[in-house]
Amino acid sequence: MDATVFTKCERCKQPVYEKDLRARFNVCPNCEFHYPLPAPERVRLLTDAGSFEERDGELAAGDPLGFEGYPDRLRSAREKTGLGDAILSGVGEIGGRRVALAVMDFRFIGGSMGSVVGERVARTVELARAEGLPLVTVSASGGARMFEGIYSLMQMAKTSVALSRFMEGSKPYISILTDPTFGGVTASFATAADIIIAEPGARVGFAGARVIEQTTKERLPEGFQTAEFQREHGMVDRIVHRLALKGDLERLLGFVG
Amino acid sequence: MLDFERPIKELEERIAELHRLAGESEGLQAEISRLEEALEAARRRIYTNLSPYQRVQVARHPERPNFRAYRDALCEDFYELSGDRHYGDDAAVRGGFARIRGRNVVLIGHDKGADVKSRVEGNFGMAHPEGYRKVKRLYGLAARFGLPVVTLVDTPGAFAGRGAEERGQAWAISEDLMALAAVPVPVVSVIIGEGGSGGALAMCLADYLGMLENSYLSVIAPEACASIIFRDSSRAPEAAEALKLTARDLKEHGVVDEVLPEPLGGAHRDPEAAIRAVGEALERVLAGVSGSSPEDLLKRRYARYRRIGSYQRLPGPSSG
Repeated sequence: MDATVFTKCERCKQPVYEKDLRARFNVCPNCEFHYPLPAPERVRLLTDAGSFEERDGELAAGDPLGFEGYPDRLRSAREKTGLGDAILSGVGEIGGRRVALAVMDFRFIGGSMGSVVGERVARTVELARAEGLPLVTVSASGGARMFEGIYSLMQMAKTSVALSRFMEGSKPYISILTDPTFGGVTASFATAADIIIAEPGARVGFAGARVIEQTTKERLPEGFQTAEFQREHGMVDRIVHRLALKGDLERLLGFVG
Repeated sequence: MLDFERPIKELEERIAELHRLAGESEGLQAEISRLEEALEAARRRIYTNLSPYQRVQVARHPERPNFRAYRDALCEDFYELSGDRHYGDDAAVRGGFARIRGRNVVLIGHDKGADVKSRVEGNFGMAHPEGYRKVKRLYGLAARFGLPVVTLVDTPGAFAGRGAEERGQAWAISEDLMALAAVPVPVVSVIIGEGGSGGALAMCLADYLGMLENSYLSVIAPEACASIIFRDSSRAPEAAEALKLTARDLKEHGVVDEVLPEPLGGAHRDPEAAIRAVGEALERVLAGVSGSSPEDLLKRRYARYRRIGSYQRLPGPSSG
């Protein structure tokens, strides 16, 4: 990407340098709007330099139902993102503390949860349990991976059984919700945490606003399903600016890590 | 009546008409017999070859026996409990202590209602967060008193609405999943109609999952899937085919333990037969799991859900 290129912020409509946007991990220098962040960048943001080791990167989605168009979608998503699926997971250090970390990537088929996402979340949870590490997940997902049908739905069950065992221990599970997080991810591991942190303005919910408006013919209020809305309704502990997130996690891990 | 049932309906009407006239003419008897044979053949032809989408339509049939019919027929006693202790009571799901063929259980089911008033009260079986939180309370009571959980699933899905979101629909469902993952008593589930996505799964992360022959379980409604993937909701029949959402498909994929037979034409054609099939399965399965230790149950439940997935190992790590 050409670092001298200007782009216009979708939110404040002001011109911003691409390189400034990149340097601020996709947060607008002008209006602080938080754009989606690729998983490798998120890992770089949160973990101590050079501490992250990826695990289970060799896992790749099958096409269990033989769903029309799915292999093509997978191929182009892999090319576009350089990732194996909509998730990057492994172990790393946050302020010198080792954690098990799973980060979703919205660019990969809308961050949808299929078998690989479910499996890698479950393995990350199991790793955290086996090694006695705090568990941190960062969600960004449109919901289920429809192309995998029932396999996709059952990842909600898989991540839940894994988490349920982890929760018997005394290490924390911290879930970070980013824009957007919806559907099966919100209705399973992303909200089953001890502590839930959301980025400013992140839209988080079960059904998307468009679906709700279509179903109920009701106009939804301004700010519906934003992180701020969810905190007001008691669903989220804290709203933390992306650039303050690492420090916030270090403080939190100082209490419960 | 469903579209594909039209030939059957027409034959039935002609036979009824001829019966009315039969008093006046002996000669009609032969015609009636001929039509009755044709009717039987049409029933067999149509109902034994239902497409996945036709099965979805049967699962949604307004006359299909629902939770109320099973509850009334199968329970010697049903002691209903209400409320989530936080916000309210949700009539879309009902539950309480029940005695089924002599066994005490906690019975929970989506209630699609019996008439317009109760269907609306129960929001057509689409629960709000308070419904899922009531369910979680009931899982807790089952654990506390060592009673098996029996669920009868029949929902288009968790409700998508403003209030549901304001009260944490996703949070409520994930709490149920976490509760089921840990509840140290047998969990026995049967999908009796619609198994719509997370709203269904919150009540069937189970040790045994049975499905009536014409029920379905799917990550998304076929209409919604068609409108997202094919950008055309009228292609729902194709989506239903692709999603592999029928009881038989799910048995093949190892998600479902047993397909419970329905009478020809679907449960609504002979509710007693469908209810009998479910009752027999429940009796057999509950007897089978009654001696299991909590440790064994949880170990098996973990293994059961931990293994579901379809992925391969590629050589070399991803570039992430």
